[in-house]
Amino acid sequence: MTDARTPRTVLVTGGSRGIGLACARAFATQGHRVAVTFSSTPVDEAGVLAVKCDVTDADQVDAAVGAVEEQLGAVEVLVANAGITRDGLLVRMSESDFVDVIDTNLTATWRLAKRVVPKMMKARWGRIVVVSSVGAYIGAPGQANYAASKAGLIGLARSIAREYGPRGITANVVAPGPIDTDMLATMPEDRRAALGAQVPVGRIGTPDEVAATVTFLASDAAAFITGAVVPVDGGIGMGF
Amino acid sequence: MSDVFERFKPLAVQVLSVDADRVTPEASFADDLDADSLDLAELVMALEDEFDITVEEEELEGILTVQHAVDLVSGKLGASA
Repeated sequence: MTDARTPRTVLVTGGSRGIGLACARAFATQGHRVAVTFSSTPVDEAGVLAVKCDVTDADQVDAAVGAVEEQLGAVEVLVANAGITRDGLLVRMSESDFVDVIDTNLTATWRLAKRVVPKMMKARWGRIVVVSSVGAYIGAPGQANYAASKAGLIGLARSIAREYGPRGITANVVAPGPIDTDMLATMPEDRRAALGAQVPVGRIGTPDEVAATVTFLASDAAAFITGAVVPVDGGIGMGF
Repeated sequence: MSDVFERFKPLAVQVLSVDADRVTPEASFADDLDADSLDLAELVMALEDEFDITVEEEELEGILTVQHAVDLVSGKLGASA
């Protein structure tokens, strides 16, 4: 059994801002070796290795993970956070807007997991934490593509949980509600306020509040939690 | 005993957590070595590393015993030599 503070090699996808960046900082503060992938905005964060990677490209995923392995060691904790939105009503949504969101949010997570799980199997220890969304189970108007991708992540994580549980690998899902990130910043101010008012806690959440749950699920203390969907949503999704 | 078998054996012992004397050419992975699909996936990964080969999913059909696996690996090494 390893100490609760055993430093791990952590890879966070989509780590240049929002929830991903908050996770990277939280892991780094705990003394872990942290790498992040970014697609466009470079990350300049002390103690964090930034690797450029288009997660929809299997070769780039392979190279990015390889670079992390070389510099920090085999990935022991994967936080699959990279995600995009291409909002629109179903009747107006283009096929590419649907497929691209599924590819980036869902298929890329499968791609990454496939790349890092073999070494986790060998080590008999691994943590996969997938960042989903409350929209996965309550749906979201204008986000048929996004909600479908986020719901798909739950099935993916739970299958990984069942397949690799015997190898000491857990896979869990964090389902944030409205969080104060760039993704939400594109929303008109009045809609943001209305959204905050719908949350039982009465406000929009912060990226740090999501990161706190992600780091817990990645810890040794969470070894008996797998296949769970943990809402970090101020209560907006409760009952679903 | 073939060279491949001698290199195969310690991998099987390690990955499948069995005693070395149980890893015989005739041994069945499922019946004699208590290997489930996850164990076998792990063994294939170990073989790929050890012998620097790639094993496709469909090639694993009919690989039931240690001898089958050794033959599969030997065939690949022969083909690449």
